[in-house]
Amino acid sequence: MSDLTSLTLAQARDGLRSKSFSATELTQAHLAAIEHARGLNAFVLETPDQARAMAKAADARLMAGQARPLDGVPLGIKDLFATRDVRTTACSHILDNFVPTYESSVTANLWRDGAVLLGKLNNDEFAMGSSNETSAFGPVISPWRRRGSNTPLVPGGSSGGSAAAVAAMLCTGAVGTDTGGSIRQPAALTGIVGIKPTYGRCSRWGVVAFASSLDQAGPFARTVRDAAILLTSMAGHDPKDSTSIDRPVPDYEAAVGNSIKGMRIGIPKEYRLDGMAADMNQLWERGAGWLRAAGAEVIEVSLPHTKYALPAYYIVAPAEASSNLARYDGVRYGLRAPGRDIIDMYQKTRAEGFGREVRRRIMIGTYVLSAGYFDAYYVRAQKVRTLIKKDFEDCFAGGVDAILTPATPSAAFGIGEQGEGDPVEMYLNDVFTVTVNMAGLPGISVPGGLSAEGLPLGLQLIGRPFDEATLFSLAQVIEDAAGRFTPTRWW
Amino acid sequence: MPVDAKTVRRIAHLARIAVADDEVADLQTELNAMLAFVEQLAEVNVDGVEPMTSVTPMELKQREDKVTDGGIADDIVRNAPATENHFFLVPKVVE
Repeated sequence: MSDLTSLTLAQARDGLRSKSFSATELTQAHLAAIEHARGLNAFVLETPDQARAMAKAADARLMAGQARPLDGVPLGIKDLFATRDVRTTACSHILDNFVPTYESSVTANLWRDGAVLLGKLNNDEFAMGSSNETSAFGPVISPWRRRGSNTPLVPGGSSGGSAAAVAAMLCTGAVGTDTGGSIRQPAALTGIVGIKPTYGRCSRWGVVAFASSLDQAGPFARTVRDAAILLTSMAGHDPKDSTSIDRPVPDYEAAVGNSIKGMRIGIPKEYRLDGMAADMNQLWERGAGWLRAAGAEVIEVSLPHTKYALPAYYIVAPAEASSNLARYDGVRYGLRAPGRDIIDMYQKTRAEGFGREVRRRIMIGTYVLSAGYFDAYYVRAQKVRTLIKKDFEDCFAGGVDAILTPATPSAAFGIGEQGEGDPVEMYLNDVFTVTVNMAGLPGISVPGGLSAEGLPLGLQLIGRPFDEATLFSLAQVIEDAAGRFTPTRWW
Repeated sequence: MPVDAKTVRRIAHLARIAVADDEVADLQTELNAMLAFVEQLAEVNVDGVEPMTSVTPMELKQREDKVTDGGIADDIVRNAPATENHFFLVPKVVE
């Protein structure tokens, strides 16, 4: 039975269609795995009854030969997506016991295609974090450990639960969101594939908003093919999200295995950072070599404003967050702290409901949007953003098809090891990923190797707008060369 | 530009988040660390550069001017801490 959880999503899908096993058996195997993995704290809510009901319905369709694209495929969903009648908290106390009466468009697409909901996955509170340590439900423990060590490690964040669950084979795939790297960074730290599509590719309707001009939903999976399958179901125009693009969704699975001969891959010199781990540097070179061996041309390129992306992000994202989180006031949903009058109630509710990182970001955001500072901070950051995007546009216009970079500066760190004294230390984990959100481009993280201590390291590919297909083709070449990485079970 | 304790309290008021007296100093340090980090943006020459307003170029779609939703008052108040007859109840707003 437990063999079923080691199948890839594609193998599970195909096995269900060829009736090698039933959706009920497949779901049951994953529910059992989840029960044994509670020590990871990846799931904040398990939904076994609903999972079994959905699996049963999928079995009926499979038996009748009317299989939908994802029929019977069991998934975990980041607790940032509104799931009808299933508690959704954004892993914050301020949304304690919030039960949506509506379904997010992305998850609605997955259920439309027959997937099964195993439960809601842990994340940093309101998606603010790079380690899943700010969650109101406590940190996620990575399924990976350093060679010869029991130190609990972070899975990355903010979609730490999603990444840990997929890496630990508790689900065939998972859904997360990425605002500054929250899919790609945890995917890299846990040795799995994660893609943030182009801004507008997936609908944001029903996703708890963090930064509306940066947020994007995307899949996690153990292989490139699996991620492509999931994205095909997730993506699509949504009239309820005016920033979602009205373009057909290609069959991304068809791009997996396509030749990359003649593609031009850029290596941006500004991504070479002093103090980057030597093994990450070596992996980056190896990755370039794999792409060259498969027929691509690898050239050095320049993205001159790279170093300003992270500081600009830490103005724009908190500013947008301060606006988006203004709605949590204890009136219509979530936590309410008693107050002598309405202002007192707002202030106490928000102080009690928000964690420290969220409070910090709301306050920075409020400050940079306030009178007298708006031009110096927010407007300036938005101008720098235009320059960052233009760097990429110029690069692509020069004939580059995709850009290859490390996904993170180093491998996973221990729980509690970073960010205690200085919040900025934690922010530096996203230095390679935020540029992509700032420019609205698609970015994929694919496992490339292990660090000296035996921990996963990922490579990132950045593509042209709406050219996720090229990213899947390139990522498959890397996967073919690098192989797959599975953590040794310690739970 | 570093912030002082008075500014921290003002920001907290704008954000409607209660900050206890013994929390101000730590918050000041944290906010100043972030502001010091973003200071480097002042180096960038942004003359003649437009602020980014649309991430992915697109024209805002407009929908038909028809009523396509509504009549779900129960759903809307379902998660509220205090309600009465589909009204949200709150502590007094005006003296």
